[in-house]
Amino acid sequence: MTEQQQADLRHDEVTAGTTTGLAAPSVDVTSARQNSLWSDASRDLRRNPLFWIGVVLGFGFLLMAVFPQLFARGADPRECSLSKSNQPPSADAWFGFDQQGCDYLANVVYGARNSLIIGLLAVVVVLVLGVVVGALSGFFSGAVDSLLSRITDIFYAIPFILGAIVILRSGILGRGVVAVAVALAVFGWMTAMRLVRSQVIAVKGSDYVAAARAMGASSLRILVRHILPNAVAPVLVYATITIGVLIAAEATLTFLGVGLQRPAISWGLQIEAGQSLLRTAPHLVFFPSLILTLTVMAFVMMGDALRDALDPRQRA
Amino acid sequence: MTRPDPSTSVLPGTGLGTPVLEVDDLHVEFRTRSGVVSAVNGVSYSLTEGETLAILGESGSGKSVSAQAIMGILDSPPAVISGGGIHFEGRDLLTMSPEEQRKVRGPGISMIFQDALSSLNPVYSVGYQIGEMFRAHRGTSRRDAKKRAIELMDRVRIPGAASRVNDYPHQFSGGMRQRVMIAMAIALDPRVLIADEPTTALDVTVQAQVMDLLEDLQRDTGMGLVLITHDLGVVNEVADNVAVMYAGRIVERGTVDDVFSNPAHPYTDGLMSSVPQVEAKGGRLLPIDGQPPNLAAIPSGCPFHPRCSRRRLGDAAAPGRECATDLPPLRLVAPGREAACHYSEEVLGV
Amino acid sequence: MGRYIARRLLLTIPVLIGASFLIFALVYALPGDPIRALGGDRPLAPAVVAQLRDEFNLNDPLWLQYVKYMGDLLQGDFGTDFRGRPVLDTVERTLPVTIRLTIVAIAFEAVIGIVAGVLAGIRRNGFLDNVVLVSSTLVVSIPILVLGFVAQFVFGLQFGWFPIAGIQEGWYSYLLPGLVLAAGSLAYVARLTRTSVAENLRADFVRTAKAKGLPRRTVVVRHTLRNSLIPVVTFIGADIGTLMGGAIVTETVFNLPGLGRAVFDAIQGQEGAVVVGIVTLMVFFFVFFNLAVDVLYAVLDPRIRYD
Repeated sequence: MTEQQQADLRHDEVTAGTTTGLAAPSVDVTSARQNSLWSDASRDLRRNPLFWIGVVLGFGFLLMAVFPQLFARGADPRECSLSKSNQPPSADAWFGFDQQGCDYLANVVYGARNSLIIGLLAVVVVLVLGVVVGALSGFFSGAVDSLLSRITDIFYAIPFILGAIVILRSGILGRGVVAVAVALAVFGWMTAMRLVRSQVIAVKGSDYVAAARAMGASSLRILVRHILPNAVAPVLVYATITIGVLIAAEATLTFLGVGLQRPAISWGLQIEAGQSLLRTAPHLVFFPSLILTLTVMAFVMMGDALRDALDPRQRA
Repeated sequence: MTRPDPSTSVLPGTGLGTPVLEVDDLHVEFRTRSGVVSAVNGVSYSLTEGETLAILGESGSGKSVSAQAIMGILDSPPAVISGGGIHFEGRDLLTMSPEEQRKVRGPGISMIFQDALSSLNPVYSVGYQIGEMFRAHRGTSRRDAKKRAIELMDRVRIPGAASRVNDYPHQFSGGMRQRVMIAMAIALDPRVLIADEPTTALDVTVQAQVMDLLEDLQRDTGMGLVLITHDLGVVNEVADNVAVMYAGRIVERGTVDDVFSNPAHPYTDGLMSSVPQVEAKGGRLLPIDGQPPNLAAIPSGCPFHPRCSRRRLGDAAAPGRECATDLPPLRLVAPGREAACHYSEEVLGV
Repeated sequence: MGRYIARRLLLTIPVLIGASFLIFALVYALPGDPIRALGGDRPLAPAVVAQLRDEFNLNDPLWLQYVKYMGDLLQGDFGTDFRGRPVLDTVERTLPVTIRLTIVAIAFEAVIGIVAGVLAGIRRNGFLDNVVLVSSTLVVSIPILVLGFVAQFVFGLQFGWFPIAGIQEGWYSYLLPGLVLAAGSLAYVARLTRTSVAENLRADFVRTAKAKGLPRRTVVVRHTLRNSLIPVVTFIGADIGTLMGGAIVTETVFNLPGLGRAVFDAIQGQEGAVVVGIVTLMVFFFVFFNLAVDVLYAVLDPRIRYD
């Protein structure tokens, strides 16, 4: 049923005196409102140049992670010759060579895969933790809410990078790709939880949830059918931006020496190795930094554009 | 065939005093990315000292927008005054410099709004906000301004004014907040007060008190009062004259007694039949069919024709009076009565 | 208000305990034996190892170790590292560096962020607004790590305006790292201010202020900015607590001997007492500034009443 048809139907019912008009919107307003929200949003998105820049960058990054050989110009990241150590960029080797004389373009390009895997894996864990804890906390209120909120406060109060460093150094997770992703998620889920919790509390008090409850819907059904769909928009915005933040955090942890280790290929390791050569071979820090930044930017831009499209208050 | 120009038609019977406010063929458009919305399409009226003019209409009829245009507080962009003139005590407000215009607001014309809670700044005390009028326009000291604020709060009958002057808007009830707004608006003895739905957000008993207060203040000061409302009861009780607006135009105008006892426009007629009246208990309420017009696409001809029960379409016997194509001008239809309908005489039953 | 503060203080206790225990548990789950590592190439005598283990309560179960640790902490004893240096000495040495860095960062954040946000919000969709929007997206997207190196390379090495490491030049040494540390929050403050100003400019009470015939300056400053800056000021206040715990990367890149650097070195050196002590301190700052902000909020916005 289209929005217009629904409006007409409500209008007919009101004039026919079959309904007071007050309770009517509680029946199907979730799907109607959600539909118009999403169709407005997708129209807005398609008009937003920042969104398209983000999509192009993000798609390029995705391709790079899945098919790095397409971008490496035939070079193998592990084929090195010391005679070319630290050579600056040239027409043959666009990004130059690193200290071991390996083709730097190939190395930077092959670094995308680990970043993508960690970013996606971590965001999934963040979402699962955030949505489950947030929904439980907001829906059940009372003692459950107090307990879960205090636990969230505890994680919130520990600096994000510091927490991840400690957990990685403790060794209980190991040091691989999964370990880094989980470490980031364990200290990064709290904002998602608060977002979901506040949405759940806001929607829980609305008239149409009261109506659904009056009609005998179960708690679980109300939560899944009526409340969570309302939290999708803000969580989606948050998740998109957070992928970028997590990718940056992975590079940071690896740079600090507690994330991925050689022989893994990672932008963080490349920046760390190039750090001491900033004076003589700045390209070693420059290129992985550039690609890392463009990648983070892709997700931030997409998330920003999504927020502008989904939040009508932001519109001019 | 010549038609009377709506902008020059002057309503007899209201020009008793000197006009303080004259609105002449006012046009306001909202120019948005998705198109131009015509909110006010040629509104003219004049207000004399001591007169209460009610502007009646449903939301979207242009009544508030025209008031904001008079105050010079339209959000621009997107709103643009695209034509017409507004004269206050003979001076054209639209050609004044912004600074001169500002000096009219407050001492010349002032305005109160529907929702006093959101219209008062939540972070300043009511005394500060009332006193600001004196400080900004008269350079009064902070201490004297507060004294004047207490006097004004007394005058609008806020109990315990001296002890409440430092309270914040959220600490007052709805009715008291609207009194604070009124105190602020009358602080500098304006010649014209525009009240935009002043009682809509209030309980019925409080509504009556606030309207009584406005009536008393008007009698004491002799200011002209423009009362914007969709409440027929309020109009009936306090207004001298009424202008009914529809789709950004005035469709009917006259004294309240005339218009209410015998409407000359089908829309006014519809409004009268759609509200409960104590005398007509047990009678059936007749809603006006259809939806208010979309201002981005106002119907051709008479804007009301799609909803009109008396419309005549394709009547060969009435050239130039085709409801779907010919826009009816606001014209004199009876002594002291103006209406914008091709068939007002039938509506009036004369 | 007093009761609210008291209640909030009570609520911070489980957070402090929970956070410090979480870190404590993770730190003492560190692999390897720090006591053995202490000896380096020459293994320590078994008797010495046993005595050290006893001294640092390493033979107790984890919860008992924690209780003993907290007991000492409450008496002001942060303990010592394995070499016998008091943890408080480390804090005294490094905290002033972090405080100076935070002051510089907050100053950048507040001044540049608010000015840019106000200019953008007043002329929404104007040229400056777009400049602020685009540049804040860029700044938010650049990882602090990268930003640090770019700043070092451009302003330190190419132009030679600022030192790129250490604190030998006093406050001047803090400008570059302070700006880098502030960058993300600065962009956020600019955006928050912009949104808040633009929203308040459309508020009914601003329309009232115009209808009262107030001068434009008064309308903007008293009736728009005063209201708009409430969320901004509270964000900046809370950010003090965040920045004091979040400077590990900046302090590493610019080689500043601050709290973040000290805790990182302690993690690498498996100095449990130092790690837990400093993290607990950071958590305390975080919680304290958040509470302070809540109180500040009530002062700034009369509608907020905590009872």
